Order: sequence, then structure tokens, then C-alpha cells
Amino acid sequence: MDSKKQTQFATMAAQARRDIVRMVGAVQSGHPGGSLSSTDFLTVLFSDVLRQSASTFTRDAKGADAFILSAGHITPIYYSLLSLNGYIERDELATFRKFGTRLQGHPCIHGGVKGITQVSGSLGQGLSCAAGLALAKKLDKEDRKVYVLVGDGESEEGQIWEAGIFAAHHQLDNLIAMTDWNGQQIDGPVEQVGGMGDLKAKWEAFGWNVVVCEDGHDYAQICTAFDAAAAASGKGKPVMILFKTDMGHGIDFMAGTHKWHGKAPSAEQVEQALAQLPETEYGDFKF
Amino acid sequence: MKQYIDTGKKDTRSGFGAGLYEAGKADSRVMALTADLIGSLKMDAFAKDFPERYVECGIGEANMVGVAAGLAIAGKIPFIGSFAEFMSGRVYDQVRQEVSYGNTNVKIAASHAGLTVGEDGATHQTMEDIALMRALPGMVVICPCDYNQTKAATIAAAQYDGPVYLRFGRPGVPNFTPEDQNFEIGKAILLNEGKDVTVFATGHLVWEALQAAQALEAEGISVEVIDIATIKPLDEAAVVASARKTGAVVCAEEHNMAGGLGELVAGVLAAQAPTPMEYVNGADLFGQSGTPAQLMKAYGLDCEGVVKAVKRVLARK
Repeated sequence: MDSKKQTQFATMAAQARRDIVRMVGAVQSGHPGGSLSSTDFLTVLFSDVLRQSASTFTRDAKGADAFILSAGHITPIYYSLLSLNGYIERDELATFRKFGTRLQGHPCIHGGVKGITQVSGSLGQGLSCAAGLALAKKLDKEDRKVYVLVGDGESEEGQIWEAGIFAAHHQLDNLIAMTDWNGQQIDGPVEQVGGMGDLKAKWEAFGWNVVVCEDGHDYAQICTAFDAAAAASGKGKPVMILFKTDMGHGIDFMAGTHKWHGKAPSAEQVEQALAQLPETEYGDFKF
Repeated sequence: MKQYIDTGKKDTRSGFGAGLYEAGKADSRVMALTADLIGSLKMDAFAKDFPERYVECGIGEANMVGVAAGLAIAGKIPFIGSFAEFMSGRVYDQVRQEVSYGNTNVKIAASHAGLTVGEDGATHQTMEDIALMRALPGMVVICPCDYNQTKAATIAAAQYDGPVYLRFGRPGVPNFTPEDQNFEIGKAILLNEGKDVTVFATGHLVWEALQAAQALEAEGISVEVIDIATIKPLDEAAVVASARKTGAVVCAEEHNMAGGLGELVAGVLAAQAPTPMEYVNGADLFGQSGTPAQLMKAYGLDCEGVVKAVKRVLARK
């Protein structure tokens, strides 16, 4: 991939990581771990893949690609990317999780935030909603896709697999799901807590086309995965991209552990984290 | 008293099927989804004539709720249908998040509600669904009383913009309300004017309340019968006005006490017009196997049960 794009992604992702830490630190609550693991591929999705524009966004996603965040707790990265891609003002991030905010702890539609298509928070439900949107696009003969992000821990929810059966049975090949395969959940490593096993084999057994991205923090590999997913779509099967990632990626003391799933850094830790992340041309949002 | 004629027993779920078909014919956005129960939900005619708008979801009610939410966000008007227990208790969290909190235009068709599922027994006989659904912000809860009213309510639900829980039943019951009536969401329906006592009834109990009113008239008791076809939003003005007029109230429903019509009316009257009240409901019990008639009699959810409740409340007036 060209180095210009590589730099663009890296810059946006660095700013997003700064945002995540500052947002969660400011209210001493929120979910940095999964936000940081999904930062890189969501940066690519929002800035380069999703055919959706901030200025023409409508909830019904008519004529555009749709995105559903099923793992609703990773709002820090979601809101940061909405701000970095022009859906909301940068400084609105300062209201995150505060009383009266549109940027609720988990996504809500009531404030009319551009870029939010459906509420989420109670896990396991977004894939079904995305399947419904994909079905509607097929019925309306709209050549657009529906993207949805689920967590690997979230995939312990039975409804994920109900949706998996449904989407394959109805040949929703305009549906592209993504799993943030970070291997961690609240109580510990996924393999110790829920034991998801081989997600690739599971999704293939459910009749999906599966793309595995071995390094979900490498932009070249991420772009290759999205390209492969686009190529695999339209062929009678829904597509799952499994992004192998590290929870807490990009901040040394948060990386590779479940401990920062839903824990806020102290003021001192925020400074320690920011020291590891370059300032960017976007600038930090203001409190 | 005003006479109502049973034009022949028909199941309310067939009224739903007929209304769904009409709604689908009138508006191409209307869709029908079911979880392996097309026959039970009487969706066959819709599926035959509008096959691309009929979606079989298999036995996955939770997923069906989410799929419907997605369709609704995209501008469709999806009706999702299963047994009332599986459209409320089984999927409460999905309905809460994807439909109620997400404010999606999903219509929940909850069939086989209450004891009158009959022989299937308690697992299939929800007596708690009204409580669950009316607790959800923004959820309209409709419980029509016969075939004609269910058909009209289904058409009204399709035209209404927002989440609706439409509750109906399995067995054939007297069909006595006008054919091709206009159903107004949120409006109580005065079926018989009376002066001694008011019976607020919903669903299958409405016919029983009319029979009770007839029997009581022979004893010189004048009973006002009001059909609470929409439980939420409740027609509070009609409830308060009638309670003030008669000074005694009975609430009759095929549902348990907790969170049902009786508690709802009691709450309104306690605040606005305290009135002696008695209840005809399933108390705090699970059902069991039996014919619908056996069960309704055994749990006191019939004409005789209403007559007894009226006498109890009149003794306290």
C-alpha cells in the first residue's frame, strides 16, 4: 500500500488512541481495552472503506453503506472516529458519559448523533439488526453493504449464532461482519472464560465466507482483509473478517491483558499513555 | 341493555392474519416474519401473495427481533409473530433494546396469549406479558377482544409509527364487534352504558363481561361495560369518568394480577378517583393443561367470575 495512506491511517489512529485515553480518564469510566484493539481496523473502515458520508448520513442508511456497533461498550473509539471523520464536532468528545450528553456510555439514537444507526450495549444483538438492514437493502435492490462489529467475548452470546444461521440461510452476501479477536474479556482470557475455540472453523461451519487478518494492527494487512471481504461478498454467503488484535494495543501498560477492558486510567496513567502517542494535526479535543 | 350478537366463533389470531393481509396489500412496506409458526400465526395468505415480504426466521426469536429492528430502520414495517410468551418473556431484552429503546417501527404479534392456549400447559400460557410490555417506555400495548377487532387493530398498528405489542389468542371465541370497524389506538370502547358498576375488560374477557352484564340486568343490576382494547396508552379519561359515574369497578383480564389491567386501572383510580375495586384475573399463578373453557372456568376467568366480582364490589360500595 502507498505510504501516504499508511501515514493517514497511522495519524488518525494515533489521535483516536489519544482521544480514548483522555475521554475515559476524564470521567473515570468507560472501556479502553477493546477500543484500543479495534482502533486500527475501524480507522481504515471509517476513512477508506465505508461508503457513507457524514454530511448525508441518515439513520435509514438509504443509498449508503451501514455500520452497526454490536459491541456497544467500545464507544470511546466509535465516538472518536465519528469526530475525526466529520460526523460530530471534535470537542463534543469532552461530554462523553457526562449527564445530558448525546455521547452516552453505550450508543443511543436519541440525540440524533450522525453515524449512529442503532442503539447497542446489551451484547449479542447487533448482528441480527445488521442482518435485517442487509435484507432490506437486498429487497430494495440497493448495491450497498452493511458492516457490523462484534467482539470475540461477545460471541459467547447465543443470539450471535442465531444471526449466523439466519444470514447464511438468507444468503445475505452484502453483510460484512468483523470480529475484534483480541482474546480477552472482562473476567480474563477468552479461552479461560468462555472458550470460543476456532472462530474461523465455527463461522465456516455456519456457512460464512471467512477472511482472517493475522495482524489487525498492520494497515497493509487490514486493507488486504477489507479487499478480500469485498471480493468475497456478492457470492451468496455473508462474510466474516476475523481481525486478530491485542487488547489495549498502543499503550504498553494496557496491552495484552483483560485488566483494562473496562477500567479507567488515573490522571498520572493518562499522562503516561499520552507520552507514548504522538500528537497529530487533528489536535486534542478540548474540555 | 345493548344486545351483542355472536356471529359465529372465530379465533382472534385469524383476525390478525386477515388484518396483516389487508395492511400488506395497502402498503408495500409491511412485512411478516415468524419463527417457525406461519400456520399458528395465520400468515399463510400474506406469505402466498407477498412472498418477498415474508421472512421465515426459524426457531430463533431473539434474532428475529433484531432482524425486524434492522428492517424497520431501513423503512420497512415488520410484523414479527410467535406465541406471546416467546414474543415477550423470551425476548424481553431484545425488545427492550432493539425495539423500545431503539424506537424502531416493529409490530410484535403475540398470539396464543393467556390460559386459552389450553392443552400445551403453563410453559406456553403467558399470564405476565402485559406487565412486561407495558413497562417498556414508548411501547403501545393492544389486546383486542374478537376477530373483527383484532383485524382492525392490526391495520391500525401498521399505520401507527412506533413499536406496538399486539396480543391475541388461539381458540375460537364469539365474534361480535362490527365488521370493518375503525380501530383507534388509545381509545376505550363503551359497549354498554350502566349506572351501578363498571366492568373494564380486555381480550377474551370482554365477551364474558357482556354476558355477565346481561345476567346481572335480570337481577336489577345495571352494569357499564368498557372494552379496554388499548392497555397502553390507557384511556385514563374514560376510566376515571366511568368510575366516578358508577362508583364501583371490576377489572377482568386473562393475565395475572402483577402488572395487568387491574393494577393499571387501580393506579389511575387511586390517584384520580379512589373507587372500590375487584379483580378477575389469574392472581399469582401458572396455568396447566386443559381445554380453554375448563381452564377459564377453573381460574374464574369467565362470566360467572365477573358476576361474582361485581357482587363483591357492590357489597363494598
